[in-house]
Amino acid sequence: MAQQPDYSDRPWLDPNATPFIRVQAITKKFGPFTAVDNVDLDIYRGELFCLLGGSGCGKTTLLRILAGFETPTIGTISIDGADMTSVPPYERPVNMMFQSYALFPHMTVERNVAYGLERDGIAKAEIAAQVNDMLSMVELTPFAKRKPHQLSGGQRQRVALARALVKRPKVLLLDEPLGALDKRLREQTQYELMNIQDRLGITFVVVTHDQEEAMTLSTRIAVMDVGRFVQIGTPTEIYEFPETRFVADFIGSTNMFEGRITENGADHVRVRAEEYEADFYIDHGMSIKEGTKVWVAVRPEKVEISKTAPPFGPNQLKGVVRDVGYLGNFSTYRVQLSNTRIVAVTHPNQRRPARGEHEVDWDDEVHLSWAASSAVVLTK
Amino acid sequence: MGKRTTFQFSVLCFGMAFLYVPMVLLIVYSFNYSKIVPVWGGWSTRWYTVLFESEEVWAALTLSLKIALMNATFATLLGVLAGIALARFGRFRGRTLFTGMISAPLVMPEVITGLSLLLLFITLGDLIGWPGERGITTITIAHITFSMAYVTVIIQSRLTGMAQDLEEAAMDLGSKPFRVLTDITLPLLAPGMLAGWLLAFTLSLDDLVIASFVSGPGANTLPMLIYSRVRLGLRPDINALATIIIVVVAIGVCIAGWLLFRQQRQRERDMQMAATENLKTGY
Ligand SMILES: Nc1ncnc2c1ncn2[C@@H]1O[C@H](COP(=O)(O)OP(=O)(O)OP(=O)(O)O)[C@@H](O)[C@H]1O
Ligand SMILES: [Mg+2]
Repeated sequence: MAQQPDYSDRPWLDPNATPFIRVQAITKKFGPFTAVDNVDLDIYRGELFCLLGGSGCGKTTLLRILAGFETPTIGTISIDGADMTSVPPYERPVNMMFQSYALFPHMTVERNVAYGLERDGIAKAEIAAQVNDMLSMVELTPFAKRKPHQLSGGQRQRVALARALVKRPKVLLLDEPLGALDKRLREQTQYELMNIQDRLGITFVVVTHDQEEAMTLSTRIAVMDVGRFVQIGTPTEIYEFPETRFVADFIGSTNMFEGRITENGADHVRVRAEEYEADFYIDHGMSIKEGTKVWVAVRPEKVEISKTAPPFGPNQLKGVVRDVGYLGNFSTYRVQLSNTRIVAVTHPNQRRPARGEHEVDWDDEVHLSWAASSAVVLTK
Repeated sequence: MGKRTTFQFSVLCFGMAFLYVPMVLLIVYSFNYSKIVPVWGGWSTRWYTVLFESEEVWAALTLSLKIALMNATFATLLGVLAGIALARFGRFRGRTLFTGMISAPLVMPEVITGLSLLLLFITLGDLIGWPGERGITTITIAHITFSMAYVTVIIQSRLTGMAQDLEEAAMDLGSKPFRVLTDITLPLLAPGMLAGWLLAFTLSLDDLVIASFVSGPGANTLPMLIYSRVRLGLRPDINALATIIIVVVAIGVCIAGWLLFRQQRQRERDMQMAATENLKTGY
């Protein structure tokens, strides 16, 4: 019996779903400089979508185009079926939380949050009720009468969030919302954000350059580089199946081995890496010509490290431990191969080592290996 | 080390003396009984009485204050408009020309500004019969043209320093551009506007050259009166007038300083409060 798959958590896979935000062929030029370069993007209702990329790659510019502060040089934008390309910011069903929070310094917390509702011409009592609700949601009720400069960084951040959320926009845009917070507060706020998003069902578009944040928060991630999308996918897809070396390198760390395809089967490929005198076997088929130059990428945590040689086979390297880092929950090793290249390995610390002792230690000769399913083959 | 501090100390003393000895002399001599300024004739407040009884001085003072008030108000109004246009309207057509023309009065020698304005008023008077008589109106207009340039520069630099994201945030929350102006930009600009107003006020009170050019018979501002009297030699009643001005300015500066200090301390206390609460609540 052919059962309709459940797409409710993954609307982007549903062929019948209509995107909530449609960005079509958007280009933004500042003079001769192209900040956003012919970008297409579909975001679905209720998503928490992350734009991830290095500094200056155009994330903020794209967000500002969505908010209406920049008009695209070419291209169109629609939200919930309505064309938004030339609609001014004050008429878009979109609110933005600014990287700098942009709280009005001459208004109290309460007035800041109420400001957006007042513009909609809602009755005073109604506004007061909604503002109170919102303030208690972000736990700021005791601070309602304060001015922004009388608040701490974390409190300001929550005022900014409350102010943007209180109008119940169809889309909330967040530009590095957690950038100014310390690590502990960041993690706590990440979960609060996810909770709020879940509760209100508002579509979030979040800009960040912190890959960990993107991985924790988002339903999907778009990785950007110099004004273009390099890959769009779920956190798992991006992490486990990066499509390019840029993505593999940008998200987490990766060991990359250059080689050539020697065998190209339906369910596997073999790669010969002359430089390492090693053969790699990857258990997913690819339609690449034999002899093509490729890169085999393996995450540090997928590499097994051991002092005894594994049974003979592919995906094996030999080297000497040059560096051991004990990071509490796991250890990192830097292993130098015979051709002087360094391979990074991380290994969870499942049992407590005896005092001053590691299983694998400095200057040990070690064998590295990984399973056929652990590596990916990249062509660009 | 001792040598160095001595040296620094004497430099400091010399500098202070250079700045303040003339003023102290002026104040002392204003209490001189003698009619001939450099000759000491004992303490007296006689010249203050003479001053307060002089109708001419009162008229000049009133005229100067009227002009300064009107000038400050209109210059601030126009300067704010020009400053906003320059700082916020992007690159409109003729922006460079506009910028240049706005700042021209800042660098133009006063004599030339005065002379050209006088020519303008005469030509206008011939052509359309306005302004018929030169006096308070023409001086005010002349003062506005150059003080406005100063206000514009102040406002423009405040706006450039003021992050634009506040205005964008207001627009994002549903305010049309005019509403953004009245709700966000202008309130935040208030200190700048006050500074501009005060500057325009003092510039006008201070001006002698331009006022002399565009003034007409019977309209003497305070600086014009002082200058015309002192031209015929030092006069004790003018010393008394100058002393009063010094005292008023000093009081003004003290009040401003005290207000600034209080504001600063309030701000510091607020920050402290936020920080300690931070520790308590964990946020
Ligand atoms: N108004 C502007 N005029 C000219 N160039 C601009 C303007 N705004 C942005 N740019 C340029 O466009 C590029 C992208 O800027 P953008 O702010 O989108 O980067 P970003 O991805 O948000 O970077 P970051 O992570 O540092 O915030 C940058 O090279 C920037 O210099
Ligand atoms: Mg940015």
